Amino acid sequence: MKTTISSELPKISRRKFLVSTAAAGGGLALGFSLPFGIGDAAAQSVAAASEINIWVVVQPDETCVIRIARAEMGQGTLTGLAQLVAEELECDWKKVKTEQITAGQNLARKRAWGDMSTSGSRGIRQSHDYVRRGGAAARMMLVQAAASEWNVPVGDLQVANGVITHAGSGRSTTYGKVANAAAKLTPPDLKSIKLKETKNWKIAGKPLRRLDTIDKLNGQKIYAIDLKMPGMLHATVKDCPVFGGKLASFDDSKVKGMAGVKSVMKVNDTTVAVVADTWWRAKKAMDALPIVWDEGPNAKVNSASIAEHLKSGLTGSDAFAQIDTGDAPKAIAAAAKKIEAVYSVPFTSHTPMEPMNCTVKLSPDKAEIWIPTQSLEASLAALSSASGQPLDKCEAYVMDLGGGFGRRIGNQDVVRQGVAIAKAFPGTPVKMVWTREEDQAHDFYRPIAQCRLFAGVDEKGNLAGLHLRVSGQSINAFANPAAIKDGKDIRQLQGLWPTLEGDAQIGYTHANLRTEYAMRNTHLPVGPWRGVNTNQNGIFMECFMDEVAKLANRDPLEFRRSLMSERPKHLGVLNAAAEKAGWGKPLPKGVYRGIAQFMGYGSYSAAVAEVSVSPKGEVKVHRCVFALDCGNVVNPDQTAAQIEGSVAYGMTTLHSEISVEKGRVVETNFDNFRVMKIAEMPKVEVVLPLTHDFWGGVGEPTICVVVPAILNAIHAATGKPVRSLPLSKQGLTLV
Amino acid sequence: MAQLNINGRTHNVEVEPDTPLLWAIREQVGLTGTKYGCGVAQCGACSVHLNGEVVRSCSIPVSSIKAGDRITTIEGLSRDSSHPVQKAWAAIDVPQCGYCQSGQIMAAAALLAKKPKPTDKDIDEAMTNICRCGTYHRIRAAVHMAAGNTKVGSADAAATDNTTV
Repeated sequence: MKTTISSELPKISRRKFLVSTAAAGGGLALGFSLPFGIGDAAAQSVAAASEINIWVVVQPDETCVIRIARAEMGQGTLTGLAQLVAEELECDWKKVKTEQITAGQNLARKRAWGDMSTSGSRGIRQSHDYVRRGGAAARMMLVQAAASEWNVPVGDLQVANGVITHAGSGRSTTYGKVANAAAKLTPPDLKSIKLKETKNWKIAGKPLRRLDTIDKLNGQKIYAIDLKMPGMLHATVKDCPVFGGKLASFDDSKVKGMAGVKSVMKVNDTTVAVVADTWWRAKKAMDALPIVWDEGPNAKVNSASIAEHLKSGLTGSDAFAQIDTGDAPKAIAAAAKKIEAVYSVPFTSHTPMEPMNCTVKLSPDKAEIWIPTQSLEASLAALSSASGQPLDKCEAYVMDLGGGFGRRIGNQDVVRQGVAIAKAFPGTPVKMVWTREEDQAHDFYRPIAQCRLFAGVDEKGNLAGLHLRVSGQSINAFANPAAIKDGKDIRQLQGLWPTLEGDAQIGYTHANLRTEYAMRNTHLPVGPWRGVNTNQNGIFMECFMDEVAKLANRDPLEFRRSLMSERPKHLGVLNAAAEKAGWGKPLPKGVYRGIAQFMGYGSYSAAVAEVSVSPKGEVKVHRCVFALDCGNVVNPDQTAAQIEGSVAYGMTTLHSEISVEKGRVVETNFDNFRVMKIAEMPKVEVVLPLTHDFWGGVGEPTICVVVPAILNAIHAATGKPVRSLPLSKQGLTLV
Repeated sequence: MAQLNINGRTHNVEVEPDTPLLWAIREQVGLTGTKYGCGVAQCGACSVHLNGEVVRSCSIPVSSIKAGDRITTIEGLSRDSSHPVQKAWAAIDVPQCGYCQSGQIMAAAALLAKKPKPTDKDIDEAMTNICRCGTYHRIRAAVHMAAGNTKVGSADAAATDNTTV
């Protein structure tokens, strides 16, 4: 390919590989970047760079390239992982750059970089140890290289900011100078490396600026949807709007003559595609294409029939109990005061801002895909199976995602579609982009759920027993049936799991406690949605806890504390949030507080919300205070950013739902799927009461306390519990 | 065929008259900083300036662009990311995934051009762009920072900065 420099772009970063193309009409030479993974370095004439180990490459100009194996979708993992490596590497943070590895490169090196999937808030909590060891090993090799060159004991050397010094002789050198020699040394035994104590960190643990901000401010950041390649074609698809239906026929004679249209094709049994020379022309032709659907057996399903189906699970005999301590039903029956409540939460969609897309190029001896994916290796595997090329002839390049939230992890539906279309155009890159409507109508939705809860309190206001029954759709039943053991899908009780040790454990213990799940599946596809089942279960448990406290005539904070003596970390964040929020102190007239605590993704979260409700039912959330114990924190500022983000993502579920009519999704764009905007965003304050004895997640843990804290504040303000969402069902509106 | 003046340069584009300005900018002119998010003028990812006013380019056909109309995209907001909005956005790390931020920045720049010292209410009314990552908290802070209501940057931020604006 010919290389050229574009006059349009003022600054070209090292990893951008420029190729030329004739722009339609203008004939301009356009600069654009085409990622080729870690091979990029060679393309930029930095062949002199030395790979110290799989994580660290040092260039003669002292640039330290840190390799990243997880996906960056806004959550800041890229910067956090680089901080962890740089901390042990002892390099100059100002000289750090990152590069993303490809799935093929990981495969070729026998998965040396480990798991590449980025979900479950695992990006840092499951790779911190080996990336730090990688950084430390690289430092040891660089220092050893200097020691060998000077013929002095390695223990006599000191290193800081990429500069190695020998105090005895006054000599000094730099990483860039010794990198070539270091790369030839035998690596140290990774397991025997002693990592720094977190209290001695200088780069990790600090609120450093992100490494990936600047290109997001000036239009230079290239997302997958922005890719341009010579000769590229553009496609869009339409899948049967009723899940379980099929494509019956389409009349391509109506659109074949439209400007730019190259092909109208059946993609699979349910999907049709239009391919054109530009995406807009493909979309316009798709809108004009007469399509007949065989809507199949689900064409009469609607939200009401789904609700009835779930309701049967609240009383059915097919539930299983996960926690069954004492005899909760008996204790409740015998209690002085009793309460029963039924809660329900609807389906909701991920709706990342960058619509689903991928670019696929199928050559006789190679299959390639460029894709915003949370699991590059899953995308590679799907590319291989869909294209028929063996894995070693496939390559998958991740482009930083325009939002993920769980949508781009498990199911590689986009890959299969993209490959099916590209098969019709061998050797030609085809970029498939969904419309927003397609994205809304064909998501893997957050599961719908209902919950029936019972509790009793004794004369002294102590809890006598609590019984919770969740009925709802199972993610595992749809996506991973093998994970369901003996018919018991404990994943749907996430956040309520028993025992002290674990990833999403219940924060309360009691002599009479029962938790149950009854599976009630629907025809909608479901999947993980930021926070997954901790969202629904957090609402059920934490809102009901306020109802029980009220029945017991006790303060919601104090009542919770009475059940948490065996859960010190849950209690720790609850107390920290309450203290930071000034729980119990006077508030402005008309403002009320709500509190919630819950656990997910290995971290402990609590929130206090301050809310007012007008006589017209307008709900204003003024302030949310969070406490998060994620054990250790790598970047406190980005941790705060994730918590702020969880507020907006969670609060959107107060506004909106995915409902079903005639078997299909009703809310297909932002005009009827109302997403929270800046006017509704409360002030967010964060406290991190870290205990430093574990590593928890950050991206997902806090979302499960956002909604319950707000709903409890609404309850406090109105005297009425909010038991179903969205708020419009209660005559309430978020303002 | 339409003639578009974008970021001070004239582009002749061969498109059907009903082609939205967004797609002429992205696919004909080749400037991809302006994003597709919804196609129905709801999310604001496609925001550009048309004669200084912020507009949603996904819902403006190129046929409605008149000779002499000046279009500014995120790529033309400043030569070197030095617009006060861009500097404020960098100083407090507003973007997460970043996909909506071109539109957010264009909306904020238009707001400040009209109201150099916006109130929170002004921000609420003018900044109606959608961000799914939930950067609203920082967008508000950054608009105030760009307006000079708060100081740009801090000693801490400068000391730990890997990148330069």
